[in-house]
Amino acid sequence: MIDILDLTADVLVAGGGPAGAWAALKAAQAGADVILVDKGYTGTSGATASAGTGVWYVEPQAREAAMASREHLNGHLSDRRWMARVLDQTYANIHELATTGRYPFPILADGSELRRGVQGPEYMRRMRAWLKRGGVRVLDHSPALELLTDPTGAVAGVAGHRRQLDQPYRVRAGAVVLATGGCAFLSRALGCDVNTGDGALFAAEVGATLSGMEFSNAYAIAPEFSSVTKTAYYNYATFYREDGTVLEGAASQSGRSVIARALLNERVFARLDLADDTVRAAMRRGQPNFFLPFDRMRIDPFEDRFPITLLLEGTVRGTGGVRVVDDDCSTGVPGLYVAGDVATRELICGGFTGGGSHNSAWAMSSGTWAGTAAARHAAALGTTARRRRPVSAGQAGLRPTGVVSGDHREVVRAVQAETHPYLKNYLRRGDRLDQALATLDELWADTRAHLHGSPVEARQAAAMVAHARWMYTAALARTESRGMHKRLDHPGTDPSRRHRLLVGGLDELWTAADPVRPHTPLDLAVAS
Amino acid sequence: MIELISADRCVTCDRCIEACPTNVFDRGVDGVPVIARQADCQTCFMCEAYCPTDALFVAPTVAPLPAGDPLRDEEHLVATGLLGSYRAGIGWGHGRTPGSRLAVGPDITPPA
Repeated sequence: MIDILDLTADVLVAGGGPAGAWAALKAAQAGADVILVDKGYTGTSGATASAGTGVWYVEPQAREAAMASREHLNGHLSDRRWMARVLDQTYANIHELATTGRYPFPILADGSELRRGVQGPEYMRRMRAWLKRGGVRVLDHSPALELLTDPTGAVAGVAGHRRQLDQPYRVRAGAVVLATGGCAFLSRALGCDVNTGDGALFAAEVGATLSGMEFSNAYAIAPEFSSVTKTAYYNYATFYREDGTVLEGAASQSGRSVIARALLNERVFARLDLADDTVRAAMRRGQPNFFLPFDRMRIDPFEDRFPITLLLEGTVRGTGGVRVVDDDCSTGVPGLYVAGDVATRELICGGFTGGGSHNSAWAMSSGTWAGTAAARHAAALGTTARRRRPVSAGQAGLRPTGVVSGDHREVVRAVQAETHPYLKNYLRRGDRLDQALATLDELWADTRAHLHGSPVEARQAAAMVAHARWMYTAALARTESRGMHKRLDHPGTDPSRRHRLLVGGLDELWTAADPVRPHTPLDLAVAS
Repeated sequence: MIELISADRCVTCDRCIEACPTNVFDRGVDGVPVIARQADCQTCFMCEAYCPTDALFVAPTVAPLPAGDPLRDEEHLVATGLLGSYRAGIGWGHGRTPGSRLAVGPDITPPA
């Protein structure tokens, strides 16, 4: 074993997708010495880099309508104040990306730039270059494995592993921003295999709480053989059975569960036959990677029917995550901040996110606030931060309590068997959730006691088991249908349950209603 | 999944080893990367985008292709224009216009 790499920084950011990149950039701009550690490579890591995404970039006069348009879909769990500040922050960040960040947006006929979307590879390549210019030290292929705390319980850094050097590392820092993404349970949904919920586990191990974990059953449409998810383009699709008849009721939006139900028994086909020539050309310009599976398999998606599947996007597109307790994206644990998909996105999305534009807006806004606040926190600690004696907080997958046995691959297969199937996670019903949770509880006890081995893979496996248990514990507690969380045994929405749901714990889990009522026009109507 | 590394085209710059987010490649003894962990490939196409010589090909399937599949054959991929097609599609490479400049996509508002 090579000696441990021991570093110090003011701010440590874990995760190099958009949220982590913005957090690191803003912390550096605030004067902090910043290290960013990435499981993969900052520039290609995460759900955005390999995709393309809209951005919730809205001119001031259109913001009221933009906010109102989402509230019914999301179960009235979003908060107007947060939506407004995300719209403001995103508008400012996109301007900065276009100018200082030199992102080449499309130029329209009138000379203005079209700023409502970004191509993932270009966006993240520019962010990486910008981070380097800003003096941020980036450690690629160096996943964080656990948080370090000081004797008071404040977060004091991270420990991790440099995969390509097989070298452990430790970074002592005044503050940590987790931006490790959501969890898609290694479903192969585009770019999501680095998103195994690691950060949520780290946060829970130091006492942070999660919120909205019942909103974790997002599935995306992809060609059956492929990883390429771009559900929005399937607004132009008709869905068919194998015999060529139309699958009635199936749709990309408000008809995806029809597809899930059909897929239980038969193959489902799609054809983008609602796209005219103008739309076809625009799709190709808008997102070239959408066409890779088709071009390479000699399929014409506008003329041929091709088989499709639904890939789990879990809490990557689902809105659950670590609870945000204040405007600065703090978590209630001193020194710990969250940004992007690892944080709950309920504040602006409630219980539902359709497209990626809110998600990208949340990533850059929460990254900005978390990075700025982390820099401020570290500055207030000053040099005392580096004198703290760090204690390792990691448990499951790193420090088994019993005899070492088993293999991370078996754990991954077992957790996937409880989370991927449409019958368990998508078409939710109490008895099936109960059964899945019982299996997961056993799997957790076993993992906690016995799993050890390749540190990165073992830790990912443990994180996924923890994530699945929080998801189903919350899903069982919400005995109604709201947002993306639909219960077949509780199909209606219960007005008395218009609150967020917290879940916490590692061995023993608990849930609680979040008493903070989201600020929406419904409340104003009641008040007046 | 990643299916091809062309030893003829590769300039042993290590960009793919660096850029692969799931750490699929190892450096071979001759400097040409080897596909060391194909099962970890998430079919995200990023290695293709970062390869300066279009030496890599990612098949769009999430399972490995059988031996003899044309998508593993460099000559076929060159003849069909597939090798390097993603990098061209996003406008990366000398003399190209970044694809993001042209990325005016369709209206994706769900039908009412």
